[in-house]
Amino acid sequence: MENFDKENYGRIHSIESFGTVDGPGIRYVIFMQGCALRCKYCHNRDTWDINAGELRSVDELVNRIESYKAYILPSNGGVTVTGGEPLLQVKFLINFFKKLKEQDIHTAIDTSGMVEITDDIKELLKYTDLVLLDIKHINDEKCKELVGHSNKKELEFAKYLSDNNIPMWIRQVLVPGITDNTQDLIDLRMFIKSLKTVQKVEILPYHDLGKHKWIELGYKYELNGIRPANADDVKRAKELLGL
Amino acid sequence: MKFDQWNNFKCGEWQEEINVRDFIQHNYTPYTGDDSFLVGATARTQELWNEVLDLYKKERENGGVLDADTKTPSAVNAYDAGYIKKELEQIVGLQTDAPLKRAIMPAGGIRIVEKSAESYGFKVDEETQYIYHNLRKTHNDGVFQVYTPDIRAARSSHLITGLPDGYGRGRIIGDYRRVALYGVDALIEEKKLELEVLDVDEFTADVIREREEISDQIKALNDLKGMAAKYGFDISVPAANAKEAIQWLYFGYLGAVKDQNGAAMSIGRTSTFIDIYIERDLANGTLTEEQAQELMDHFVMKLRLVRFLRAPEYNELFSGDPVWVTESIGGMGVDGRTLVTKNSFRVLHTLTTLGPAPEPNLTVLWSNNLPEGFKRYATKMSIQTSSIQYENDDLMRPMLGDDYGIACCVSAMRIGKQMQFFGARANLAKALLYAINGGRDENSGKQITTRFEPITSEYLDYDEVMAKYDVMMDYVAKIYIKALNAIHYMHDKYSYEALEMALHDKDILRTMACGIAGLSVVADSLSAIKYAKVKVIRDETGLAVDYQVEGDFPKYGNDDDRVDSIAVDIVKKFLRKLKKHQTYRGSKHTLSILTITSNVVYGKNTGNTPDGRKAGAPFGPGANPLHGRDTNGSLAVLNTIAKLPYDYSEDGISYTFAITPKALGKDESDRVTNLVNMLDGYFGKTGHHINVNVFDRALLEDAMEHPEKYPQLTIRVSGYAVNFIKLTREQQLDVINRTIQDRI
Repeated sequence: MENFDKENYGRIHSIESFGTVDGPGIRYVIFMQGCALRCKYCHNRDTWDINAGELRSVDELVNRIESYKAYILPSNGGVTVTGGEPLLQVKFLINFFKKLKEQDIHTAIDTSGMVEITDDIKELLKYTDLVLLDIKHINDEKCKELVGHSNKKELEFAKYLSDNNIPMWIRQVLVPGITDNTQDLIDLRMFIKSLKTVQKVEILPYHDLGKHKWIELGYKYELNGIRPANADDVKRAKELLGL
Repeated sequence: MKFDQWNNFKCGEWQEEINVRDFIQHNYTPYTGDDSFLVGATARTQELWNEVLDLYKKERENGGVLDADTKTPSAVNAYDAGYIKKELEQIVGLQTDAPLKRAIMPAGGIRIVEKSAESYGFKVDEETQYIYHNLRKTHNDGVFQVYTPDIRAARSSHLITGLPDGYGRGRIIGDYRRVALYGVDALIEEKKLELEVLDVDEFTADVIREREEISDQIKALNDLKGMAAKYGFDISVPAANAKEAIQWLYFGYLGAVKDQNGAAMSIGRTSTFIDIYIERDLANGTLTEEQAQELMDHFVMKLRLVRFLRAPEYNELFSGDPVWVTESIGGMGVDGRTLVTKNSFRVLHTLTTLGPAPEPNLTVLWSNNLPEGFKRYATKMSIQTSSIQYENDDLMRPMLGDDYGIACCVSAMRIGKQMQFFGARANLAKALLYAINGGRDENSGKQITTRFEPITSEYLDYDEVMAKYDVMMDYVAKIYIKALNAIHYMHDKYSYEALEMALHDKDILRTMACGIAGLSVVADSLSAIKYAKVKVIRDETGLAVDYQVEGDFPKYGNDDDRVDSIAVDIVKKFLRKLKKHQTYRGSKHTLSILTITSNVVYGKNTGNTPDGRKAGAPFGPGANPLHGRDTNGSLAVLNTIAKLPYDYSEDGISYTFAITPKALGKDESDRVTNLVNMLDGYFGKTGHHINVNVFDRALLEDAMEHPEKYPQLTIRVSGYAVNFIKLTREQQLDVINRTIQDRI
């Protein structure tokens, strides 16, 4: 469908040079364009279209990042790719991360993990210091309803990370009435317990600040009427997750 | 010199000559710990501060000015003593005989005083009016007598703006510490010696002027003693303890703000100096930490009460009643020891004991080598109060040594050894439009400059525009220096800062501090012309009034060399052009990229620009990108700003940064760490200055609607801090609309 060198070029949605919430330290965050999931709470609705975005080369990005090392290195930060679903552009990421690792820059991927664990993915994970794994829903039926896909692959992905000694942070978006069911959170806790390389579990309270993007793009926002998660919701979820 | 007050101080050259730096270096105690030693406000402080808050409230309710003495022209010793609540005050002294009662300073210009008074419902006393209209010429009179038609035209078309021709130039820092360390008599003796040096055979105009000035300085010092005596203090001798040191120092400063309504009346670099006295008192058991903090609190409270009577036009440029009582804190010594002391913490701690406030303008001199404890404390206070600015000590120290201070926002000067002739700024965005229009104003259509050949092509050609812009900048530089020479000649003649200059050495470095407004608009416009296609839209008289940009172009503020290099080039070019012209008193040409809040007014007076900015839209403040143009996050902006060459812009490069707490980090500790690392990185890349604001947009919006709920809400704008609720609505909106870095 597209005709470009996928090993050296990636479709990029945007850049945040001062990322402080997607991994440790100060991070250069690259929002990759394209996503196969259809999460109803998505706050980056504009990253879904796999044919949009701007083509940027590995070398260009690596050169750019050079001028951010003064912030990244002393803060024990690094580079995070997020999106969109970065793993859709795995060949690009392999080359990109390889070059970053040559410079000893910490690499992180923010992903749903809802992909086949192909040889390419395995190769990429060799150059990945941290995976921010966004568990969409621990309950498979509810997961299908929420994002349009089964959670099987992402749970397998988590297990692969664990078996291969790759550090991960588990993230759960907390949507009142959708992902905050007591039993589900207990199940999630049990699942996390079964993993060996989880360094951190983060609750991301649902907010509707991304709603305007849906409307601007001419779509109906599907979580209308769902309230943002508040501090009490987070506290309760943390207790259930044993955090 | 020998004084009992100097007991237990280490000896040095400072005892042989006036040399405060030498005293500090021999006697101060660097502090590398954290903030755990700090204590809260005393009951007395709280009671006194509540009195002040009450006065603030009355001032607000009274339309912004509580009271004014419209008869007595202010002078160092013009008023009787005044108090807030005498029995509570540990540090005393007010500008007039009552708190927040404003004084008039007609030597700068009587018309502006009348206008200022009238705008707040006061009327200047008739006799005073008569004197200044008929008998005593003012600075303002002098300037307008000599202004040439080209200067007048450039001024009224807002090509050159904000000139201190109707208000006090300010940006002079007296070394107020000298009053405390030596006492006034020793300073007078020194000045008498200077007069002797000027008893020469060749009695030239320069010598005569200098002898007159020094004589005025001696008179001012005598007046200062008289003023202090009204409060019951004999400051002819040195201060004997911490309380006296602060009191003496403050009297020095108070004398200055009674004498001058300067655009910025900065206090210098005083906290580490004061720490020496506090440490001595703590060691001999005559002072406790509670008392030390109390003294600093009361000192700072006095600095927060300084007021000037100013005209509405002035507030449009620099709103929020700023005084720029800038206090420079921290930094490193040339010997590698940090100049951070416990008192560096105490002065920042006043943001807690008294709550946030715009004054004094707390300025941390940042070095990557500052003690970690201080870095974390300062940034923590920034996050809590948005009341601190940071400037790069590692960048300035090699040029200025380790006893410089910041005047106003970003103007560094060696204390007591350097002053500047403040020159406001040239609107280089408008100059670009003039280049395209051959010197006709894009709004009025009037020919403002000498007639140049306008550009007549449908699409703008980069090389042609640059060639014409180059010629236009030559013209602007010439008119600009002419205007400044006139202003400062007259200011010295009719409104000389005798007391402030009495607290300087005889031979000082003077700078001619020029400035640029609209840098990012110029950079983006030239980038659009170079990398996209810009079509000109002309009216029936051939005047270019609008531009259509076809295609995308690199925008300033995204760490993109293609456009950032244009900005760098413009800065260098403009300074070189200024340097072609002779300056008054041989002052050194310097440049700043600083607009304060006037970016709004400059934008208002500038038509559509080739970058797609609409007529009247505000410029970015200082060196900021135009709001919304930076799309790669904060560090990309910082990298862009850090590229601007300080060597060519020694009077400072201001950047105002705002971020929401959430975007800065997940919890307080993370936020502090991230901010410390951000500052280390930015200053490591030779960034010069940054204002740090941490707040949610919703908070500002609420404050706009319910100002009464936020009497102390402070935000940092280009180079200073303001009470948010004192800004005009237009400026409030500008602050809110400007990119608050919030990525979700």
